[in-house]
Amino acid sequence: MPERPLAPTLRPFDAVGGWTIALLDSLGRFGTFFAEALAAVVTPPFKLRAFIDRIDYIGYRSLLIILLTGTFTGMVLGLQIYLTLVRFGSEAFLGPAVALSLIRELGPVLAALMVTGRAGSALTAEIGIMRITEQIDALTVMALNPMRYLVAPSILAGLVTFPLMTAIFDVVGIFGGYLVGVKLLGLSEGTYFGEMQTFVDLNDIMTGFWKSVSFGVVVTWVCTYKGFHVGHGAEGVARATTQAVVLSSVLILVADYFMGSILQ
Amino acid sequence: MIKVEALTKSFGRQQVLRALSLEVPTGSITVIIGRSGGGKSVLLKHLIGLLYPDEGRVLVDGVEITALRGRALDDIRRRYGVVFQGGALFDSMSCHDNIAFPLREKLRLPAAEIAKRVEAALAQVGLEGMGAKFPAEISGGMRKRVAIARALVTEPEIVFFDEPTTGLDPVLVNTIHHLILDLHRRFRFTAVVVSHEIPEIFEIADTVAMLHEGRIAEVGPPAAIQASPNRVVRQFIRGEPDNSEER
Repeated sequence: MPERPLAPTLRPFDAVGGWTIALLDSLGRFGTFFAEALAAVVTPPFKLRAFIDRIDYIGYRSLLIILLTGTFTGMVLGLQIYLTLVRFGSEAFLGPAVALSLIRELGPVLAALMVTGRAGSALTAEIGIMRITEQIDALTVMALNPMRYLVAPSILAGLVTFPLMTAIFDVVGIFGGYLVGVKLLGLSEGTYFGEMQTFVDLNDIMTGFWKSVSFGVVVTWVCTYKGFHVGHGAEGVARATTQAVVLSSVLILVADYFMGSILQ
Repeated sequence: MIKVEALTKSFGRQQVLRALSLEVPTGSITVIIGRSGGGKSVLLKHLIGLLYPDEGRVLVDGVEITALRGRALDDIRRRYGVVFQGGALFDSMSCHDNIAFPLREKLRLPAAEIAKRVEAALAQVGLEGMGAKFPAEISGGMRKRVAIARALVTEPEIVFFDEPTTGLDPVLVNTIHHLILDLHRRFRFTAVVVSHEIPEIFEIADTVAMLHEGRIAEVGPPAAIQASPNRVVRQFIRGEPDNSEER
């Protein structure tokens, strides 16, 4: 029986209802996807080769961009914080200010954003192309779980590589601050590193660590999900890649706030 | 035997399959023909468990696969080989690794046995010595042959071919058809072939089923289909233009 057209006054409600159902549906699929991925992570067989490949793909190949952005972020911080502190005669605190900014906030967030831009987008595109060329269907009909081969190794690699990338970002950032503060602006080396040791404690380092772990999970989860649920053709892959990067970046900043509130 | 009973499937408001019923006898080559967009690939995806119907069921040797999920469905799929329309070769792997993949992951055979079987599979499809090449480095016809080798290397009982000759020249079309026929004679698997290739496909078919508007319009041996008085079948086989679309 053909459906009767809605009265014009009811159409906005129909649109809002449809939109809400679509949102809940995609949230449900997003959650189910993570539960399936988690099941694949914790149950054998463990795909060691795929895991190592993913560490190379997400971590090692992002190393150059992390070194570059880390160094320049530290240099910018060194310069700006020095110019502020010198007004109050407190430039001795440049070391801890740079280190705390990097270790607690900027290191985990910027490293995660950089890895998302480089590896997250590539992850979505790769899985998306596998979807549209039926390679994921081929795995399924071979009675092999694609979650085990494609998603679980990526999430595990995210767990391992994001804290490592963050640690590298922090170290080169502190070195960048040192270059500007000590070598360029004349602060003493002992003051820069000595005050850092006084003010930075394990709690600060653990805050950055837990943030980077959570970002690693969020980014790989979003990027693999978007690749798995790609639309049609090249346009679908392009759209999924953009959505993956935007959603990951937004979730990194949202998670950063909540993690920062909980872990302070 | 594969038995399809009153299979119905819609995507949104578009009904693709309408109470479709079909039987595929064990050990035979059944070819499904029909116009593009007629639901052939959707039917095939139901047979291999990639889609679930709105109504109706699919039975494989009496087991209702449309009611199965997870490991129970995987147990049935272990008996399958599937050749996808585009080949669906893993582009990050060489041809050798593509063929070795199901042996390594599904059957977990020792490396020496895998190497032996892969070389034999490549030889069967006429691609000896091409194992080191990647899918992007070989022609479309070669990719189809590698896909066939990968589907057959685990010696499946049932093999599905989704338009295995699309986009190939007439010589390659015949080569692939004769390859399917030759492999079928050797391994005696049950084959379901979705194809557009008229009349070449009649040479290899035991049974031909014509799919039209979500139903089987006619089914029978190739000779009976070619002599069919059914207007839809005649029009498709002779490639006559469909005037209803112009209006």
